[in-house]
Amino acid sequence: MKGRFQLGLMVAVLIVAGLGLTLYKHFALGFPLLGKDISTVWSVEAWVSFKAQGEAAQASLTLPDQQSDVRILDESFASPGYGINQTNDGGQRRAVWSTRKADGRQDLFYKVKLRLEPGISPSVNDQPEPFIAPVLPEPYQTAATSLLNQVTDRSADPVSFAGTMINQFNAKEPDQNANMLLGMVEEGVRLPDLLVNLLHMGNIPARIVRGLHLEDGRRRQPIVDMIEVYDGTQWQLFDPKTGKAGNPDAFFLWQRGAKSLLDVMGGVNSDVKFSIISQNVPTRELALTQATQDGAALIDFSIYSLPLEVQNAFKIILLIPIGVLTVLFMRIVVGLRTSGTFMPVLIAMAFLQTQLIPGLVIFISLVSIGLWIRSFLSQQNMLLVARLGAVIIVVILIMAAMSILSWKLGITQALTVTFFPMIILAWTIERMSILWEEEGPKDVFKEGGGSLLVATMSYLLMSNPIVEQLTFNFPELMLTLLGIVLLLGQYTGYRLLELKRFYPLVHSVDSVHSVHSEK
Amino acid sequence: MGWFVGWLNSFVQNTLTKNSIATPSRLKESGILSMNSRNLNYISRYNPRRLLPLVDDKLTTKRMAEKAGVDVPKLIGVIEYQSDIRKLKGILEPLEKFVIKPAKGSGGKGILVITGRDSDRYVKASGESLSFNAISRDVSNILGGLYSLGGKSDIAVIESLIVADPIFKDYSFEGVPDIRVIVFRGFPVMAMMRLATRKSDGKANLHQGAVGVGLDIATGNSLRSVQHDLPVSTHPDTGHNFSTLNVPHWHKILSLSAACYEMTNLGYLGVDLVLDKNLGPLILELNARPGLAIQIANGQGIKPRLQLIESLRKHDLPIEERVAFSQQHFGVATLSTLQRT
Repeated sequence: MKGRFQLGLMVAVLIVAGLGLTLYKHFALGFPLLGKDISTVWSVEAWVSFKAQGEAAQASLTLPDQQSDVRILDESFASPGYGINQTNDGGQRRAVWSTRKADGRQDLFYKVKLRLEPGISPSVNDQPEPFIAPVLPEPYQTAATSLLNQVTDRSADPVSFAGTMINQFNAKEPDQNANMLLGMVEEGVRLPDLLVNLLHMGNIPARIVRGLHLEDGRRRQPIVDMIEVYDGTQWQLFDPKTGKAGNPDAFFLWQRGAKSLLDVMGGVNSDVKFSIISQNVPTRELALTQATQDGAALIDFSIYSLPLEVQNAFKIILLIPIGVLTVLFMRIVVGLRTSGTFMPVLIAMAFLQTQLIPGLVIFISLVSIGLWIRSFLSQQNMLLVARLGAVIIVVILIMAAMSILSWKLGITQALTVTFFPMIILAWTIERMSILWEEEGPKDVFKEGGGSLLVATMSYLLMSNPIVEQLTFNFPELMLTLLGIVLLLGQYTGYRLLELKRFYPLVHSVDSVHSVHSEK
Repeated sequence: MGWFVGWLNSFVQNTLTKNSIATPSRLKESGILSMNSRNLNYISRYNPRRLLPLVDDKLTTKRMAEKAGVDVPKLIGVIEYQSDIRKLKGILEPLEKFVIKPAKGSGGKGILVITGRDSDRYVKASGESLSFNAISRDVSNILGGLYSLGGKSDIAVIESLIVADPIFKDYSFEGVPDIRVIVFRGFPVMAMMRLATRKSDGKANLHQGAVGVGLDIATGNSLRSVQHDLPVSTHPDTGHNFSTLNVPHWHKILSLSAACYEMTNLGYLGVDLVLDKNLGPLILELNARPGLAIQIANGQGIKPRLQLIESLRKHDLPIEERVAFSQQHFGVATLSTLQRT
């Protein structure tokens, strides 16, 4: 009785734990329960290249920070032979690659994955730093002063001030002062720098920011300079080329402030190029990376921490319990006879590769041909192991023949014959042929049919996208399955087929009873 | 709403009856043991795994029985290795009749019964004759593990053919009828006789179409007979009516069966016996996983009997007292009272 209670408790704990973890992953970590939600993930790669001089080299690249409306999912560095350090340079992250000795062309990579997620705003301290209004050389200083006066008259606040001023420079026919100042640009001063200087002269906190327009499939994308203006509460973005305010669609901020993007020591001809691709990623993967970032331990100790290749193997392995459960159900509750306890699961796994109908056709023809050839072998005086070996070789020959023949005939489905486990097939043929000799063909069809029925049922369950999705995304459900299996192991009730088998018995008991009552 | 439930109920009942499907509650009422319950509540509880090899290997069983003084058919020879097959000719040469069986076979698989010689050839129970080569191939198959569980290599046992007691001549088509007694914790609880038919190839195997005749534990009289789980009243080949069948040496049969409990310590045991014309009841083999068909042959569920024995306060009684208890409580005359409790 005690054992029974313990087992019951165990079953309850397993089932509840499995379901509970699944629900937690769904509701708290955002794993989709059903269906395949798709999200777009941008992958931005910075490719730093320079020519090393045969001595110690160091390259430092500005790295993007958390920013509003964007979630950085993952970053990675690739740079053989270099040590990597991340530093914080006045609030701006930088990656520092360094090596003792480098010669010739050097390529360093930094990759960041991100998702546009409107509405998120990381709490970073981003107050404007104090600045001193610059003084321009004459005659530009005079032109600037009168331009600033002009703009002040036509604007109400820092944002409209900046907008008006940038428009002055972008107008088709800039006015006299603006035209004069554009002369500085021709002399080599960059327009954004000039604009920031002018804004500072107007006592408005402003800075240069650099970023990328996210467009799919872009390579060698240049980094774009923008201007940010502080309106007293937050920073507003301006495009110096158009004067448009506000964050343009899909703009990813890489750097704040005018500091250099890339510094290289011990090298020449340095350059940084950006390439951008977008990927459609199931929401699950996204939930995964986000949960990893948030440090959810459940994810850290799971299948997702394995290499991708192993994960793919697990995708199939995790389906096996479903097949096992089907077999158990058909045996314990229905009472169906199959040849070899878990053979139907193996057949169902082969069906996963071949599809159902081709799989059934291939299986039945393989076993039939095998049985026919086996009947020749049984007339020879042979040791069992040798005969089994012969059957395996024959099965392989039939497989090869089927593949070649179907290829010639253009039936490509039959090529999947290789997915059937040969040894299992050989054993099946051997068992069936013994069954044929001992009990006759009727039992062979009964047992073979039972096996195929169970295999088909397992296949239909295992190939169901919802089942596949659930087993792979929520391996915790296996605890629940384990609980159900333990529960099935306790089932002492009648099998469905026994209800039919014992019918004549109850029937006669009934008639005995009625005889008694008549007396 | 009420009429709908009533209609649904009668619809389900009708459908079940039309397809001859019983309801679980009806089976339970009749005390019928299910396969799952047999496995879980009886076999795994009363038959410790370490004891199973004793009965899985017929050779061990036979030697154990000989040691315990329980009557078994005479052992003629054993072929243990493929290389020993050379000796087979020498062993078989002087024999007119014999049986070859795999020591670890189950369900009567691989048993070869030779009832006579026709010059060079060996005549099977069914009249079919075999060459010596065919027999040595069979022996080779046995050694290779064709009939054993999991294909493990096996041993071929050659033993003397039982001379069937002629009183069953009219009830059996060739072959030797055997008697199966279920012994639960040393108490014989249910018995049946298995009679070969043409369909079963002279083998007393219910699965292959032999007739099962339920036997009254008190007297050894027939109760009811079934073939392929369905009731029959006469033998399909001989046409003889089963209702007059009575098994002689009944008390000896029950005592022998009950003695197997002391021999093996297995709590839930199927004991297979045969009646030899000269030697009387002999133990043929023991089965640690006896089937459920015996309930159909008896027209009775076995569960109430098992439960009565489980409820006993004292189990370690001498063999004679256990047999007396069974005869007293499981006889047809007293059964109806047990059914009701």
